[in-house]
Amino acid sequence: MTVFIDKDTKILIQGFTGKMGTFHAEEMIKYGSNLVGGVTPGKGGQKHLDRPVFNTVKDAVKHTGATASILFVPPAFAADSAMEAADAGIKTCVAIVDGIPSHDMIRIKRYMRRYSRTEKMTLVGPNCAGIISPGKSMLGIMPGHIYQEGRVGIISRSGTLGYEAAQQLKNLNIGVSTSVGIGGDPINGSSFRDIIEKFETDDETDAILMIGEIGGPQEVAAGEFAKENMKKPIIGYIAGLTAPKGRVMGHAGAIVSAYGESAVEKVELLKECGVTISKNPSVMGETVKQVLSN
Amino acid sequence: MDIHEYQAKEILSSFGVTIPRGGIVYSPETAENKAREIGGSRWVVKAQIHSGARGKAGGIIICNTPLEVAQATDKLLGKKLVTNQTGPEGKIVNRIYIEEATDIEKELYLGLVFDRSSESIMVVASTEGGMSVEEIAKDKPDSIIRSKIEVAVGIQNFQARELAFGLGIEPELIRRASETIVGCAKAFSELDATMVEVNPLVISKQKQILALDCKMSFDNNAMFRRDKVSELRDKTQEDEKEVYASDRGLNYVSLDGNIGNIINGAGLAMASMDMIKLAGGEPANFLDVGGGATPEKIVKAFKLITMDKKVKVILVNIFAGINRCDWVAEGIVQALEKIEINVPLVIRLAGTNVEKGNKILQDSKLDYIEADTLEDAANKAVAALK
Repeated sequence: MTVFIDKDTKILIQGFTGKMGTFHAEEMIKYGSNLVGGVTPGKGGQKHLDRPVFNTVKDAVKHTGATASILFVPPAFAADSAMEAADAGIKTCVAIVDGIPSHDMIRIKRYMRRYSRTEKMTLVGPNCAGIISPGKSMLGIMPGHIYQEGRVGIISRSGTLGYEAAQQLKNLNIGVSTSVGIGGDPINGSSFRDIIEKFETDDETDAILMIGEIGGPQEVAAGEFAKENMKKPIIGYIAGLTAPKGRVMGHAGAIVSAYGESAVEKVELLKECGVTISKNPSVMGETVKQVLSN
Repeated sequence: MDIHEYQAKEILSSFGVTIPRGGIVYSPETAENKAREIGGSRWVVKAQIHSGARGKAGGIIICNTPLEVAQATDKLLGKKLVTNQTGPEGKIVNRIYIEEATDIEKELYLGLVFDRSSESIMVVASTEGGMSVEEIAKDKPDSIIRSKIEVAVGIQNFQARELAFGLGIEPELIRRASETIVGCAKAFSELDATMVEVNPLVISKQKQILALDCKMSFDNNAMFRRDKVSELRDKTQEDEKEVYASDRGLNYVSLDGNIGNIINGAGLAMASMDMIKLAGGEPANFLDVGGGATPEKIVKAFKLITMDKKVKVILVNIFAGINRCDWVAEGIVQALEKIEINVPLVIRLAGTNVEKGNKILQDSKLDYIEADTLEDAANKAVAALK
């Protein structure tokens, strides 16, 4: 089985009937994702895109058996929706929305501590492109056709830079097992470390491309984890070589505020952990190719 | 979002933190009276700009008479203050805070930040107040004590007490010190702050615990529920082009180079800037028009970039996903019918329908340089400088 999602994974859309929810639901259906329904409080009982609408996630899970969800709700309500999904027994939840307050993210993560490790939901995002397992299922907003089926796992904070990588790989005839966008916010549902750990046990993934950027401790934490615990090779790229210190570069989390958070420092620290560094963003694909041929 | 010192002091004061008596003035004429109103025999005249290290830049003046207060205010108002944090262009002084001078016995450091490793709020304190936290971490790391706040229940009194004792505060002042720490923590949690810094937090000769200088920053993503905080925004302290951009939903950071960038996605924008640097150029800006790169956003982006006189070449790099390249190309063509550009333009499209997109650009009357990969785009942009 692929990490997170496969062809049969039953998917719900939270914020189903809104403009964003509708648009991306259609894209996901076109790609072949098994979309079984959605949630919009107050619209339960209606049909949307030929699928049932429910008032609560619990209702939806009870009637459809869904185990995955994707959030298209405004930032002010996103924390509430994520916690609702966790409580309804959803296993994988992707929060696409950009603009969730950091205090809310901390609250969600504390809330999820009430579940045991086995029943705890995996939250991916916010402010991310979502998850895709090419040829199987898409739980996200990416252009599905740029991903070729294959055996490289991608993790990226940035959406478009993740697309850039997938395209470079495709041009070299290298496919992707699963691509996960973890998002550009300072506090996110899943870290690089969380995802590489899943890739290590995924028998459909041979190597991992980790696309980071300035700010925060996550890339280096993942590198340190990999050094001790992983066998699969990791290829890394860190964006933001030219970013000035103390400025937010688009992503709320892309700000250098401590040692080890600049691109140069992260690259050095990752090299020490045995990560192969792509020397610039134009050769991410080629660097993966070299590592695979070793 | 950053706010001024006096605004942070007003907020913290409402959370039970003691601050010296003071008041804000906007003109030298009112400064003399304000000093008399505040009372005392010595005053500190403090330029209000969004930057630390104001003292070294001449932005803080100690005065012995109300007349001196007026003179100092006159000297600072309207001036651009350049500190080691403002960049060479400096920041304009439009507001002056006048404060009663404090007889300092001891200077401490107190700060609260998000700790991204533990994903919680961290209180950081040190006996070495008056220096920046970076300097303290470098020169006196052993003086730093930390305490992690459990957000579900908020800061506990014992944590504040432990910090206060850890700072070596004398027993009779522990209660006030604890209340100060708890007040800062509550302000942080209740107002969606991302940073609270009291530096220095002082013990005065009269045995008061006073917040002598305060800084607060807030989460832009939470401003929808913080009307009172968002009213404190002072746009005169922000880069003019950055204000223009943020008012129009663009993510923009002004930089020192001369290659202007229009890119979709923050990560791709940073990566493109990196490629420019590697190709031997310097980016004039960071600009993310959003993953979707809608025609409206592209028009706004071109307007913004052409406002920047440093820009000698413009590089457009769009990875079109669901919004196909042909649609993005049409957006670019439409934008450039409205906006005149007098510098070389390099365009790189990638992703869905890239051939169709490039065809639309080629068939238009647009004078531009087509690029294929990220590297090609950066090389051509740098070459176009010559």
